[in-house]
Amino acid sequence: MSQVNRIAASSKRINRNRTLTFTFNGKEYQGFEGDTVASALLANGVDVVGRSFKYSRPRGIITSDSQEPNAIFQIGSTQATTIPNPRATQTDLYHGLAASSTNGWPNVDFDLMSTVGKLGGSMMPPGFYYKTFMFPQSLWMSYEHLIRKGAGLGSSPQQADPDSYDKMHHHCDVMIVGAGPAGLAAALSAAQTGARVIISDEQNEFGGSLLCSKQQIDGELPSQWVEKTVAQLATMDNVLLLPRSTVFGYYDHNLVGINERRTDHLGENQLQSTRQRVHKVRAKQVILATGAHERPLVYGNNDVPGCMLANAVSTYINRYDVVPGNQLVLMTTNDNAYKTAIDWHQAGRKVVTIVDTRESSNGELVKKAKKLGINVIFGHAVIEVSGSKRVKGVDIAPINAVNHSVTGAAKHFPCDTVASSGGWSPVIHLSSHTGSRPVWNEDIAGFVPGETVQQQHICGGLEGVYDLSKVISAGFTTGAVAAQAAGKGEGSYAGTLPQTSDPQEDASMALFHVPHSKKTSRAPKQFVDYQNDVTAAGIELANREGFESIEHVKRYTALGFGTDQGKLGNINGMAITAKSLGKTIPETGTTIFRPMYTPTTFGALAGADVKHLFDPARFSAMHKWHLDNGAEFEDVGQWKRPWYFPKPGEAMQDALERECLATRNSVGILDASTLGKIDIQGKDAREFLNRVYTNPWSKLAVGKCRYGVMCKEDGMVFDDGVTACLEENRFIMTTTTGGAAGVLQWLELWHQTEWPELEVYFSTVTDHWSTMTISGPNSRKVLEKICDVDVSNDNFKYMDWIEAKVAGVKARIFRISFTGELSFEINVQANYGMHTWQAVMAAGEEFDITPYGTETMHILRAEKGFIIVGQDTDGSVTPQDLDMDWVVGKKKEFSFIGKRSWTRYDNKRDDRKQMVGLKPKDPNFVLPEGAQIVFEKNQSIPMTMVGHVTSSYYSACMGYSFALAVVKGGISRKGQSVFLPLSDGTTVEAEICSPVFYDPKGDRQNV
Amino acid sequence: MLHIHCPYCEEMREEEEFSPAGQAHIQRPLNPEELSDEQWARYLFFRKNPRGLHHELWLHAHGCRKYFNMTRNSVTYQIMETYKMGAKPSITASEEGQS
Repeated sequence: MSQVNRIAASSKRINRNRTLTFTFNGKEYQGFEGDTVASALLANGVDVVGRSFKYSRPRGIITSDSQEPNAIFQIGSTQATTIPNPRATQTDLYHGLAASSTNGWPNVDFDLMSTVGKLGGSMMPPGFYYKTFMFPQSLWMSYEHLIRKGAGLGSSPQQADPDSYDKMHHHCDVMIVGAGPAGLAAALSAAQTGARVIISDEQNEFGGSLLCSKQQIDGELPSQWVEKTVAQLATMDNVLLLPRSTVFGYYDHNLVGINERRTDHLGENQLQSTRQRVHKVRAKQVILATGAHERPLVYGNNDVPGCMLANAVSTYINRYDVVPGNQLVLMTTNDNAYKTAIDWHQAGRKVVTIVDTRESSNGELVKKAKKLGINVIFGHAVIEVSGSKRVKGVDIAPINAVNHSVTGAAKHFPCDTVASSGGWSPVIHLSSHTGSRPVWNEDIAGFVPGETVQQQHICGGLEGVYDLSKVISAGFTTGAVAAQAAGKGEGSYAGTLPQTSDPQEDASMALFHVPHSKKTSRAPKQFVDYQNDVTAAGIELANREGFESIEHVKRYTALGFGTDQGKLGNINGMAITAKSLGKTIPETGTTIFRPMYTPTTFGALAGADVKHLFDPARFSAMHKWHLDNGAEFEDVGQWKRPWYFPKPGEAMQDALERECLATRNSVGILDASTLGKIDIQGKDAREFLNRVYTNPWSKLAVGKCRYGVMCKEDGMVFDDGVTACLEENRFIMTTTTGGAAGVLQWLELWHQTEWPELEVYFSTVTDHWSTMTISGPNSRKVLEKICDVDVSNDNFKYMDWIEAKVAGVKARIFRISFTGELSFEINVQANYGMHTWQAVMAAGEEFDITPYGTETMHILRAEKGFIIVGQDTDGSVTPQDLDMDWVVGKKKEFSFIGKRSWTRYDNKRDDRKQMVGLKPKDPNFVLPEGAQIVFEKNQSIPMTMVGHVTSSYYSACMGYSFALAVVKGGISRKGQSVFLPLSDGTTVEAEICSPVFYDPKGDRQNV
Repeated sequence: MLHIHCPYCEEMREEEEFSPAGQAHIQRPLNPEELSDEQWARYLFFRKNPRGLHHELWLHAHGCRKYFNMTRNSVTYQIMETYKMGAKPSITASEEGQS
């Protein structure tokens, strides 16, 4: 029979008219609409849902919420839709859902690892991984692989996610986290002031604890009050309701991150809608109404399936009509948990006994239980459970909690379910996210949020207030106070409060670790953190081994390291540490919870910023031409630049050689639009250039260009480029493609912070211009055909610029050269770029004009020894290191940026790495860029490294390979040999030479 | 994620629009050539890293592109004030009773 544990319909949360079929570990089951995967599995009597991390013990469902450590599944039917590690307790059931355990091999019912676990129980103490796998370090990678396979952390999807995700940003007056009684009351009260309110809750419907509570409000079931309140909020325009929305993080300055699961509950491939949406809420005031989590008790074999939290059992009965067993033993330290026994009894199943660790209690719930004929044993505890895949019975013994001892003989009781309650822990995670230290509250035996600098309010269970009437009233007050702090309302709630009467309860007992008749280390395993198999004995051992700080205990034992972040076990673990160290809990302190509250998918965090929207791409105006002509592209910053232009069937090296030879022998053309261009104006522009460039600018006449190098204040080269004088007080500065934004920021920094008295303005005009460089001995002939002014050497000299019309378009032409050839850089308004490019190509056809990309540009400039900042330099290279002292102004009045640093002791060392050329002994061998250089070939490892290769190519024009490199003291070592030990074990020899390989006198650019 | 008031835009904007630019109120020496290596190195390399109030330089990079100053608590991340270049902070660590 299916759904053996489903009882007669009473909950409105379950829709019996809609049966949903799903599979778990390949087997088919049925549940109802409204179920979670966990409630459906319990309804079907599935006990074992996974195997534990270290010992491979069978594990069952323990909780009904985000604390769940065991029911962590792989959910999804395909490699594209599968998600690792959602909690079954928080996963809404849908038709066709496919779930499997994330651990257990070959399966959860028969697990090979468990034999290792049983054998190795005592062989796997805390710190096992550190102790065992630390050495040799080189093997860690292979260990890690095996550990992960054994550990069962789920597997990532192997195919692209078909779903879409997005993000929304909000500003609001009051953000309320949690829609239980406190949150709903606060929302109503805040909203009535007119404040903009957002309220979110991680569950599929609002109500929190009220959804399965029977304590009447205004004479009705509490779920009816929830319904009315939510309906009222839904009519208000100033309120945004977000169910199925987990606040995963609370960040500085009241920023709240929410993940709304919009279609997960409907099934896979809901492509008509956004699957998950991240809301980023900047709230004036935040109300945390996150409630409290029940704490389990720590006793022998407390992980056997059938051991559950008391409140979880009640939730399954009242909310899902599921009684997860037949014979219940309830162990409690408080009155509140008696509800569970009463619920169980009223569901028609047998309560074997209630075991109360206190000496006595006369609370209303206790009396009610007794009246129903339920047996209650005071002063006792369940010290040990028997059974392996399901609880078979318990040993109950009298205990003395003060001196942590068992005071009499144990008695055995057969049963199949053990519910335990050790009281409640406020859900302090979110307030901890912003750095607030929790403080211990002795009255409730739990941590509550401490001082905070956020505009934060707390109310309800989070404050340690558990009586429903007080929770509701605190909610109404807090809502009004928060609204007022946001500038809305009078700070108090004027309406009538809903009425409810709380059962009188006797004091509860603080008990974190149930004693056993044997020593903890000899007793059956008492689990504290189920997900990481951390036991009470393990924590005590860690303490004995000297780990006393709770942060160290956490890292050594892995307490709280699972995907549940220690929600279930942390407080017990800290209390056990405190006891074993003879300290109080506040003295021991707590570890700090950090985002995410529960695991959040990468999809949600990425939102729509994926694929082509991941990062903007920039294209020049000639991009389509490059595409049409078969260019291969490379990314330079966000720019897509042609890398080379292979002809059909041509290999890259062949294309490069063809492009280089064509440029040197006739004419080539390069799209240089991406170079940064900054328009600099103002009467002090010239003075400003003097201060930021190393060379002088005072005498640069209108119509002239000059190459300049910029250094940081530490004297290291930071950017270079050509700047032209357009008018007396106007210049256009060219920067490297990648450095454009940084240079502009650099100029602004100095102007705004140091020299605001200089009248100078900077505008980026990179995108305003299309730039094409024609280079080679025939470049002038090409230009002459389409240019309206005389561009002969007499009229248009090297390092001049002119205004002219090219192909009928107004242009600035710069006679500058990065190839060493006669070159003209034609700049036209960007939207005429394509027209002009095509005109130049047509004019150049008779000279076989050849388009070339960045790679050929790199080869040609390297043949000339021209540096590329960022490739040949790395932020630790001065102009002097580059043998470029000629670019340093010697007579400049102002101590320009970088100058003073060159005379620092460190920058005057003669063993600094200096730029040189390298000629490999084998003229066909291209040195790998980045290869390390040594002086002595036959050294033992580690060798003394003296430099590295920065640029390296084969030169078709020269017929041999060559490289640029930095070598210690290299400038004075020309002619000497160096050696390059390569990664394949061979060593090659090269000779240090001048970095200018081609046309050292510079005649070719000057014709 | 900080929420920052740009003193030039006079608006609260998200941290994503800004970039930090290190310690504020570091003046470039007027006479670099006259300084010893050690004095120059102090200007060049040495920066404060206080626990508590700190004066920082920030840039409204994706906004007005203006540099401005911020007094910020490095422990709590609270921003006490932002102020324009050339202005002095109105809150300093000594007033807060710190050294």
